[in-house]
Amino acid sequence: MAEESSIPAAAAEPRHGLRLLIGWVVASVIGCVLVYFVWGPHLPPGAMSSSAANQQFDTRVLATIATPVVLGVLIYFGYALTFWRAKDGDETDGPPIHGNTRIQLTWIVATSTIVLALAVFGTVELWTTQGAGAGQGPQPIFTPGTSDVLDVQVIGQQWAWTYRFPQFGGFETTQLELPLNQPVQFNVTSLDVIHSFWAYQLGVKADANPGVNNIAYTTPKHTGSFVVRCSELCGLWHGAMFDYGTVVSPAAFQAWAQHTEIQLASVTKILPPFSLTYDPTVVPNFGKVLTELGLTGAGGGYYSPNDPEQP
Amino acid sequence: MSLRARVTTLLVAFAAVSAVVIFVAVHFILASPPVVDYTSSASGGQVNVVMQTDPQNTVTSQPDWVSYFIQNPQTKQWVHTTYFKVPAGTKVNMTIYGYDGCTPLRNPVWGQVTGTTGGVAYNDGAPYSLLNSWSGCNVQHTFSMAGLGINVPIASPTTLKENSNLCGTSPCTSGPHQVVTFSFRTPAVGGTFRWQCIVPCGLGYVDGNGGPMATPGYMSGQMEVQA
Repeated sequence: MAEESSIPAAAAEPRHGLRLLIGWVVASVIGCVLVYFVWGPHLPPGAMSSSAANQQFDTRVLATIATPVVLGVLIYFGYALTFWRAKDGDETDGPPIHGNTRIQLTWIVATSTIVLALAVFGTVELWTTQGAGAGQGPQPIFTPGTSDVLDVQVIGQQWAWTYRFPQFGGFETTQLELPLNQPVQFNVTSLDVIHSFWAYQLGVKADANPGVNNIAYTTPKHTGSFVVRCSELCGLWHGAMFDYGTVVSPAAFQAWAQHTEIQLASVTKILPPFSLTYDPTVVPNFGKVLTELGLTGAGGGYYSPNDPEQP
Repeated sequence: MSLRARVTTLLVAFAAVSAVVIFVAVHFILASPPVVDYTSSASGGQVNVVMQTDPQNTVTSQPDWVSYFIQNPQTKQWVHTTYFKVPAGTKVNMTIYGYDGCTPLRNPVWGQVTGTTGGVAYNDGAPYSLLNSWSGCNVQHTFSMAGLGINVPIASPTTLKENSNLCGTSPCTSGPHQVVTFSFRTPAVGGTFRWQCIVPCGLGYVDGNGGPMATPGYMSGQMEVQA
């Protein structure tokens, strides 16, 4: 006992906690500034639309909050490896650790505060960004609060997207053009299986379900092109189910829409009336034609889902 | 069981499982239909590609599946495939013998002809730019290649008599049919462009989407453009 108490090791120990705290605070301040101001503006999906810009902002905030946590773990890890490394031949156990109420309370309060603050932050962000570009179903909670909205219906079908513009006579085209600074309401649906409309640079993503109108909002903020992909595995050519959209000036959009409406007038005439969803098993006129011709099956029938070979 | 026997059993089991995995990979995952090569038959900046649609195919294990066939430019034999190769920067003159009966499009917007020279196709020589498959018996399949913006509804026989007496043996050489022709240009650079029929023509599958619609070599294929 006398030998043990005479060991002066404890007195020589530096203040590890203070060292770690100072190092962590300095690194965190530098790291947070770099993450938010240097890396942040380059985070996906960019700032082409209101929803994309807000998604980028959210990611910047979350990445900035995560930075001190990540640095804390790494700094402690590196410090422990450097200064608390076991010496050769030392096989003794470390000191026993007992409960520390102060540390436990600090941990619980800090993590609870962060999680609850993020919950509030996320809700506010959903509210102020009209759903952050995500599909909100047929009755969206978060709306733009203005009637000056461009309606664009997105129709998925194996394996292509088409777009209907009900405010321009209901023409339907494979081209997607949008006006700058105009709130857009996407009404997303499908004619067959489940697809997912993902306008990447616009920060818009909404499932396309048959028989369902899934609404998403955004406001384009920069001109240019954006990619539209299907993000729901939907069959053989799922990987090829993509196209490109364009954000143009309001005047250019008006010119394009009016020109396309006239150009596609003959096609629009044969389309079903604009509807938020379409029943793919209903072909009103053709059923009559089929009956008159007495055609069924491969001789010209329309294959109803009521007669599937597989579920 | 001796150690030798146990090791031998383990190795045999491993080999058997490996063989099954390789078989599945080669025959089901990596397998693709044959490619009909039109590059050597191009001349004067043009190439003639000939296909046919059949109401069934009697050359595979799925005889009730509708199918495209492509004609070999050298032998003139019909090949059960939907894969073909053409040169880049070339005018492709397509001829499709449509032997199948009519089926309405799920979305009539695909009844318009797009992406072809002049925005038209020809049905037995008569030009058309739009077919309304909901108003009559007039569309059997489509040739739709999204990558090049091409969509051509393939005209079908229109009468009950014709639709009731479709060709019964593949590849079809006789029976009611329409001859649809159109042209388009391949891009200047090489690439692979997928195409499909967009009519829900998979008889007996949910919404007509499965079977031949979802299997390369029947109603889906690809065009290789050789630079």
